[in-house]
Amino acid sequence: MTVRRKLRPIFAYLFLIVPSALILLGFLWLLVTSFSTKTEGLRSLGWTLRNWSFLWKPPFGPMSPSIWLITLNTFLVAAGMTVLVVLISSMSGYALSRMKFAGRKGFLSATLILHAFPSVTLLIPIYFVLRWISGIPIVGGGIPLIGGFGFNTLGGVALVMVAFQLPFGVWIMKGFFDEISWDMERSALIDGASRFRVWRQIIIPNIKPGIAALSIFSFLAGWNAYLIPFTFTIRRSGKISVLSVYLQSFMGETTITNWNAVAAVGLFQLIPVVIFFLFSQKALLNIYGGGKKGGV
Amino acid sequence: MKKVSKPERGIHPLSGLFRERNLFLRVRGILLPYGFLAPSLIIVLLFFFIPLVMVFILSFTNLDMTNFGILEWWRPANWNLNNYVKIFTNRFFPKILGNTAMYTALTLAFFNMGMALVIALITTHINRRAGFAFRALWLLPRLTPVVVYIMMWKALAGPAPMGVINSIFGPLGIGSGEYLLNMSPWVFIILVNGFIGASFGIIIFSAAIEAIPKDYLIASKVDGATTWQTIRYVTIPMIKWPLLFVTTYQTLSLLTSFEYIMLLTDGGPGLYQTEVWALTAYHRALSSYFGNIQWGYGSAWAVILVIIGIVMAIVYLRVFKFGELVEEPKIDRL
Repeated sequence: MTVRRKLRPIFAYLFLIVPSALILLGFLWLLVTSFSTKTEGLRSLGWTLRNWSFLWKPPFGPMSPSIWLITLNTFLVAAGMTVLVVLISSMSGYALSRMKFAGRKGFLSATLILHAFPSVTLLIPIYFVLRWISGIPIVGGGIPLIGGFGFNTLGGVALVMVAFQLPFGVWIMKGFFDEISWDMERSALIDGASRFRVWRQIIIPNIKPGIAALSIFSFLAGWNAYLIPFTFTIRRSGKISVLSVYLQSFMGETTITNWNAVAAVGLFQLIPVVIFFLFSQKALLNIYGGGKKGGV
Repeated sequence: MKKVSKPERGIHPLSGLFRERNLFLRVRGILLPYGFLAPSLIIVLLFFFIPLVMVFILSFTNLDMTNFGILEWWRPANWNLNNYVKIFTNRFFPKILGNTAMYTALTLAFFNMGMALVIALITTHINRRAGFAFRALWLLPRLTPVVVYIMMWKALAGPAPMGVINSIFGPLGIGSGEYLLNMSPWVFIILVNGFIGASFGIIIFSAAIEAIPKDYLIASKVDGATTWQTIRYVTIPMIKWPLLFVTTYQTLSLLTSFEYIMLLTDGGPGLYQTEVWALTAYHRALSSYFGNIQWGYGSAWAVILVIIGIVMAIVYLRVFKFGELVEEPKIDRL
């Protein structure tokens, strides 16, 4: 009995470690491979820095875009999407939490349905919507840096991702607004502040944790996104490409894949995420925690 | 002028807006909430509502690459049910349906629920810091860029000298040195999706388990229950609602997810061997070989998923009192 009692925690840890080991093995392989000429399992057959040469010279010849342009694209998409998601969700969340108006309940349950909705099934018609936006002058494809908001532009990709992130964002922000006491808002209104001013000067500073959590979550989603940029851009390794799509184009259709180089690019994309995660895990677990929904 | 002090307490802060005498201010008060909602409404209209209507209409047409710009798909005269007939008479329809059911059921049972519950139970019963570290580790796959994550798994499954699993477990007699992904693609599809999906359940379950009042656990211990009995007769019944919620939510997620399968096997290695419903819709409509993109046919595949999605979403709202559930786990509601 006592022996069994002593062994139990060991079994518990064993049961945790065995499946977790697969995750660790994968990440370990990534690290080893990116610095090796060739690997067998986790054993390196020679160390090198050559796999990381994509950092200073474009891997597909001098005409192809450099990794830094692709990184800038990815950052623009993720950051733009984050700003829009946070701004729009906090405005809507505020109205849904604080204001009385016809259709409030309907909008709330619609948001929930949208969140539970298989958004991927909408990809086909969204393709046509983006095509249609492309037809609009300037907005469609004439904006510098992001290209516009139509098909095959960074802005268009970001906009679609905002849409898919929005139901989640609105719901989370509404939850955070619900936590703020009415009294504080009421006293500001009595002092003669407008609703907008109350929103900007009283409410927003009080929901900083919510904004932080949603920003981190959205940024990671934008940084990692693959399906939407892959579907709504053409020329996989062209100028309008984000890291995920770029990486996929490395696993070539025509040439033999250089897995070591791919691993290096993959790690290059992963490192910011891990650093970000280490600093923000508390806030991120907040967004999932307490039964609030997230992910998938 | 003598000021009449109005009693402030108990008045709804919004009630002032509706007593406004100035017509302009009154209208503004009514319209303001919609102003706040306007950006959301525009995006929902553009990317949910219009697409939803369009996907339904498109599914009744035969719009594809060859007649794009010629076919007036918005004309009811061009609508028919051919696509649906085509789906149900498709030679691979039973195969795809079976794949989808198997994929959803196995991933849900082994990982999204099974593994998630086990990990949540263990991490809440061991040292707090260690538990937290393990939960964070399990969140990592979800945060890893999809392509990088899939690449890792392909490396794990690689053939003998390079593959990690083969090189570590090969000497022990496990695996035959082949490319494991081709040997048993389903095992890997379930593993790959399971490691992502489990994190959702782990976080919700462990939050719910930690919210159980300690008195119950102490009481069962006083009564002489073993840890296993406590888990079986106290903890599990107490987290019934989160369990049900994760089951339904993840069922829908799995039914409609295909991104990982697309990157891992893309429906292969055999003909339609790992093709699931959502992947078929995607293949038919958006990523077929050039010249064979069938938007109408693909939409029909998607519409069936849309209907499942809407029905399940309504079930959430009704059965699980979703709005309340989202606020906090329904622990005292038994």
